[in-house]
Amino acid sequence: MNPCRSMLYIPGDSPGMIQHAPVFGADSILLDLEDAVALTEKDSARKMVACYLQDYDFKDLIVTVRVNGADTEFFDDDLKEIIPCSPAAIRIPKCNGPEDVLAADKKIEEIERANSIPVGKVRIHAMIETAVGVENAFFTASACPRVQALTLGGQDLTADMGVQKTKEGWELFYARSRVVVAARAAGVDAYDTVWADISDKEGLLRECRSIVGLGFTGKAAIHPDQIETIHQAFMPDEKEFRKAIRITEAAENAKKEGKGVIAVDGKMVDAPVVARARHLLELADLYGFERSGS
Amino acid sequence: MGRLILLKTASAGTLESSDCLVTVSPAEKLKLAYKGANREVFAERTMALVENVSKKYSLIGAEISIQDQGALAITIKARLETALMRAVKGVAKE
Amino acid sequence: MDMTLNSLGRNVPLELSGVGSFAPYKSPFAMLGQPGAFPGTQMQLRRPVPARNKVVVNIEKAVELSGLKDGMTISFHHHLRNGDAVIPLVLDVLQKMGFKGLTFAPSSIPDVHDCIADYIRSGLINRLYTSGVRGELGKLLSRGELDIPVVIRSHGGRARAIEEGSISIDVAFLAAPACDPLGNITGSTGPSACGSLGYAITDARYARHVVAVTDNLVDYPLNPRISIPQYLVDSIVCVQSLGDPKKIATGAARITRNPVDLKIAKDSFRLMKASGILEPGFSFQMGVGGASLAVAKYLAEHMREKGIRGSFGLGGVGGYLAGMLEEGLFDAVFDVQSFDSAVTRSIHEDPRHIEIDASWYANPFNAGCIVHNLDCVILAALEVDCGFNVNVLTGHDGVLRGASGGHQDTAAGAKLSIVVAPSFRGGVPSIKERVTTITTPGETVDAIVTERGICINPRREDLIGSALKAGLPVVDIDALKKEVEKLTGIPRPAEFDRDKIAAVVEYRDGTLIDTVYARK
Repeated sequence: MNPCRSMLYIPGDSPGMIQHAPVFGADSILLDLEDAVALTEKDSARKMVACYLQDYDFKDLIVTVRVNGADTEFFDDDLKEIIPCSPAAIRIPKCNGPEDVLAADKKIEEIERANSIPVGKVRIHAMIETAVGVENAFFTASACPRVQALTLGGQDLTADMGVQKTKEGWELFYARSRVVVAARAAGVDAYDTVWADISDKEGLLRECRSIVGLGFTGKAAIHPDQIETIHQAFMPDEKEFRKAIRITEAAENAKKEGKGVIAVDGKMVDAPVVARARHLLELADLYGFERSGS
Repeated sequence: MGRLILLKTASAGTLESSDCLVTVSPAEKLKLAYKGANREVFAERTMALVENVSKKYSLIGAEISIQDQGALAITIKARLETALMRAVKGVAKE
Repeated sequence: MDMTLNSLGRNVPLELSGVGSFAPYKSPFAMLGQPGAFPGTQMQLRRPVPARNKVVVNIEKAVELSGLKDGMTISFHHHLRNGDAVIPLVLDVLQKMGFKGLTFAPSSIPDVHDCIADYIRSGLINRLYTSGVRGELGKLLSRGELDIPVVIRSHGGRARAIEEGSISIDVAFLAAPACDPLGNITGSTGPSACGSLGYAITDARYARHVVAVTDNLVDYPLNPRISIPQYLVDSIVCVQSLGDPKKIATGAARITRNPVDLKIAKDSFRLMKASGILEPGFSFQMGVGGASLAVAKYLAEHMREKGIRGSFGLGGVGGYLAGMLEEGLFDAVFDVQSFDSAVTRSIHEDPRHIEIDASWYANPFNAGCIVHNLDCVILAALEVDCGFNVNVLTGHDGVLRGASGGHQDTAAGAKLSIVVAPSFRGGVPSIKERVTTITTPGETVDAIVTERGICINPRREDLIGSALKAGLPVVDIDALKKEVEKLTGIPRPAEFDRDKIAAVVEYRDGTLIDTVYARK
């Protein structure tokens, strides 16, 4: 399983951090060319990220790049320089609707072809950061096969909505729910926005638990210290884990016996439940859960 | 491929730890001033790096100064290429 | 100059004029395992007129009374660390009194004392025995400015040298944070309190003449703790201040937040767990900062969770270990040097916090030093090589900038010796083909833990097996070296002037493990 529970933002202009990317323990990193980089240093950050993508062995780390928005003067240069380096995905700010993704998809395809990269290899993580973006989330997510995930940009979204971003997060509840359902319906991943208060680990854990409960598959981090907490929130609990074992075993037995109906603990269990149980077991392997025993 | 001709002095990078500050200026030949704690231990590596980048861009001459704060080779390469791009307004064709 | 190759392939002198003759290093325990005792330095007997007060008016007077002459050997301890004002104070007086050609033999030299370089140039000092040498002094020595090479010894090695007579201390000037008028001394109280006086105790026992320098003369008798008894002290000088208390007993070192160091620390702890040494009654020595200290955080969490109680902690003791003792995670702590004010308080108040001298700590030539009972030690390094040899003395440029300290001693004695190092530092790889200077031989190093993987000495097949079984990131050291060189490029080895020896590095048993030449 190649998990993507956490994605650590690393400023594209910070070689001191990029050079230690595998050490932070995140499942993926987000080399940022956008908000973390001053306007006068966009070229420098772009070159730094391109050089590292080409020459540095990131091993198992999933490497993604957040490019500048399509409405900026930097977008085209970002794509021209970064796509040939074949990151796993690029994160595109402010995807308000399918047209934004399709426009980017076209540009990326051109560059892939020009550089002998299999078309579609570089995926898109579409950022939903506006009210319009939320409304169009499902269409954005299903616009083309290149889209691999929807990600929530909480800071810009609350600004767009004219509301305060709070720790309790009720102002983002609808947007989160909408985005996660849209992503699910389109068959892509859903990543949640960052928790800004680095010193408040309890708050981070609370928020992580609730977004995991909603169905988000990953969360962005702004500091390496947050990674452990995020991973903790994605860890299946012991009871769920045991139940998942029972469900998958029951499903296997039913298959062997040619039975169409699966029953676990006296209740009927259908295909989506079995699929979820299998996914949970894969996740549990990541955390070193042992399947044998009581 | 066109030759790269520098039109002005330009810099890239910072003096932060693990970074380097590269400054390039137009010059007839290639000249490198490599400064910082690693100037002896990586004298050859850095000269080779500069020569490779110069070859890549068909750069005839430049005065290059690198203040190295403990950067990896990839970092130095990135800063050098950025500085060169900033020192050029266009590429002169042969 | 008669040189020979030792067992690690390093060229070392057999004879150093102005110093003496040496044997080349063979193996960590080559000199041990011989039955019976043999005579060492004699106890120095004196016959003074009985007195009720040994205080003399000033340092000059104390020096006169000591019978110090040109060419003799003086010693100091370095327990006041970078807050020390005593070494420059005494050397200044000696210079003004016109002394020349002294052998300066402190237990180590605090970084801050660049002034030693001046005293060498002026001719006051012409021979140097120390554990560490950094800053201006290191640069001076690496330029070859001292005629007679420095002899660098570990803490255990210095104690051995003093006890066997290779170092013959004529006058020991010992900073005494608390001292009574007859010379009972302790380090755990007073405005300049420094905790343990471990290194000083050895000097006090064997020096021909001992001068206590204090800023805190207390009523007789000093009580309840006495680290150095009065019968070893000849005279006492009272000064305004021994130094800067803020730099003597600093605030406790915090656990690092650097992600690279934390990863190294976490993996080191996991290796300790996999090795099987974390059983009730185990003993441990941690480092003083960075990754080597951070290991203690993971260790303490584990010990609390599993209810494991260790037998003893050892060091070089910082506030973190003192806290673990207070919490009851260890039965006792043995302290040869204290690093912060929390430790000073602990040593003063807690009888289970035991002050030990350098010989007790690490001298290999006695009836049993504590490092030989250690289960695990975590050590730092400037450089390592594919033979697992460690350099803590010279930088990539070959300039002296470190200290031998307890590195050789603990690595040899501990059941599990773990060296921690980032795979590259300041853009330069930590793993070299050959370290610039060998301080600790690879035979005594079990594992090198970096943030990119754990390298285990091939001699420890058992440990390799346990680590792999535990799913630890074990990597081949040659492969890791190449991986890092891909990122940094290949560093150029430092260049030396092979005609000029700046220093020789003694192994703890008195043999020579390496030579440091002056830089070209």
